[in-house]
Amino acid sequence: MTTKELYEKLKSIQEPKGYFFNKDMQMTMDLLESLLVNKERYGYMACPCRLASGKLDLDRDILCPCVYREPDVAEYGACYCGLYVSQDWNEGRIPHVTVPERRDPEKLLAALANGED
Amino acid sequence: MSQPAPITLYALSTCIHCKHTKEFLDRCGVTYDCIFVDKLTGDERKAMVEHIKTINPKLSFPTILINGEAIIGFKEKEIEEALRNL
Repeated sequence: MTTKELYEKLKSIQEPKGYFFNKDMQMTMDLLESLLVNKERYGYMACPCRLASGKLDLDRDILCPCVYREPDVAEYGACYCGLYVSQDWNEGRIPHVTVPERRDPEKLLAALANGED
Repeated sequence: MSQPAPITLYALSTCIHCKHTKEFLDRCGVTYDCIFVDKLTGDERKAMVEHIKTINPKLSFPTILINGEAIIGFKEKEIEEALRNL
């Protein structure tokens, strides 16, 4: 699947839910490319901005769209990696800030202890 | 583990914010170590994660260390200021 195909496919699914791709198309396509890299590497689309373990059941919370997207977009207008944003964020009605990591680091450590790598 | 360079960037090869941080450091013309933690495996990855945990307990990326000061996330102004104090 190409990034363009992934873009079209996800756009039609996610926009009706209120999640829009970052208007910075370079950033959006880079992130979609990274999702395809992780799909190739791990077999699933782990969040490009988090250290995946390679074990799906330990990474389920960071499978894109991650479980943190909803609270992050609600609070900051963007998800952690910046792929999905709100309309307000894209139209500049809210400030663009660095989204802090919501995930409990213990999940990463647990995954590390039991992961493939 | 050898003494880290004055500027060390702990990053993921797939992370866009890490990419933007690298691009920013390159534009500033500074030399730095960049460690792609997702490219490490086994004990090397575990040791690196344990090391990063001492700098950034949240274990998020990018984590950049400038002269011992940790900056979490791509925060241009904070990085700029830390570079000025080098």
